[in-house]
Amino acid sequence: MNQDLGKSAGQNSMWGAFLVGVGMMAAVDEIIFHQVLAWHHFYDRSTLKVGMLTDGLLHSAELIAIVAGFFRLLDLRRTGSLSKPRAWAGFFLGLGSFQLFDGIVDHKVLRLHQVRYVENLLPYDIVWNAAGLVILLIGFYLLKKAKKKEATSSNLYT
Amino acid sequence: MQHPVHHNAQATALSEWVPLLLVVTVAILYLYTVLKIGSEKGGWNHWRTVSFLIGITMLCIALVPTLMRWAHQDLRGHMVQHLLIGMYAPLFLVLGAPITLALKALPVRVSRIITAILRSNWFYFLSHPVTAFLLNIGGMYLLYLTPLYVESLTKPYLHYIVHVHFLVAGYLFTWSMIGQEPVPKRPAFHVRVFMLFISIAAHAFLSKFMYAFLYPLHSPHSNGQIQEAAKLMYYWGDLSELLLAIVLFGMWYKKRGISTNPSPSTY
Repeated sequence: MNQDLGKSAGQNSMWGAFLVGVGMMAAVDEIIFHQVLAWHHFYDRSTLKVGMLTDGLLHSAELIAIVAGFFRLLDLRRTGSLSKPRAWAGFFLGLGSFQLFDGIVDHKVLRLHQVRYVENLLPYDIVWNAAGLVILLIGFYLLKKAKKKEATSSNLYT
Repeated sequence: MQHPVHHNAQATALSEWVPLLLVVTVAILYLYTVLKIGSEKGGWNHWRTVSFLIGITMLCIALVPTLMRWAHQDLRGHMVQHLLIGMYAPLFLVLGAPITLALKALPVRVSRIITAILRSNWFYFLSHPVTAFLLNIGGMYLLYLTPLYVESLTKPYLHYIVHVHFLVAGYLFTWSMIGQEPVPKRPAFHVRVFMLFISIAAHAFLSKFMYAFLYPLHSPHSNGQIQEAAKLMYYWGDLSELLLAIVLFGMWYKKRGISTNPSPSTY
């Protein structure tokens, strides 16, 4: 039973931090690329008005995700069930998933928007998705390390 | 650019101070009540007092005649006023829990009337996040996207109604999110989070819309001024809503602490 509890606390830590990661990457995307550089909006296949509306929704969701994720983690820490290695893994998985999802599904599959409206888009797409992939892999590596650590520490008790 | 409204500075000088005096009176009443119940059982959390006074200070800044006059001629001034009256002041005033304070201090007969109002169905309806959102953000869409704003520049009574509406609707919306007063039922946490999400998005959209399409239309303000005002609205409005989100989730955090670790607590 104790092991079950430990497992779900680990899952909670990971998902709480995942939320923060998704929110942070969305914020970076939204603030740097949408607002400062104005390379694209979230939905560019319609009018500018729709583009701004979707930006507003994305912006709102990212703010709430960051706040909700942080309080989730605080709550876990208070009850002593926060797993830091799992949380770091979740954070990087969140950052990477958003970046890669945005780069593949939003940009390529749904074609909601492109990174930038230039003639040769390929270098932008490669950098965007490669960055997402690297961050995601860091997340998986941290998760693997966290699991290994949990396995060795639980062996001490059995 | 010449402003079409010519105020008689001498004649309005005295009446300009009336809103400010009203706000200061409320602050004095609040402080008097806190001192009165201070020694009684339960007492009063002084963070609430601090918060309420911050809210009052923000209202006072917004209502200083100099700023009011600036706000009347310059959309940036109007926006500063809107942010203070409709977003920042309500956040701190609601955290000051003035209704709870009134319930503690007023005679039982009056308290019962207030409690009856708080418990009534129509108050539940009015203070529901959806209703409060429509009144709050809906009012802003109405003001900036219709000729109402230009109308309010020339009609003093409309001008006052707009500001009272900012305060009341802002307070109501903030209360629907983080109100402290004891009510029999309250919309679920996820309903409040969802409406906050819609509200932040709607506010961000409106400010960008104003920036891009230069609303309010046919106003005496220059394009540059409208864009500056829209920027103020976007960034400072965002910060106030982020603060509101932090308080809302902070309350969730506090409540979970009480339910997972039972300890004697006062409301």
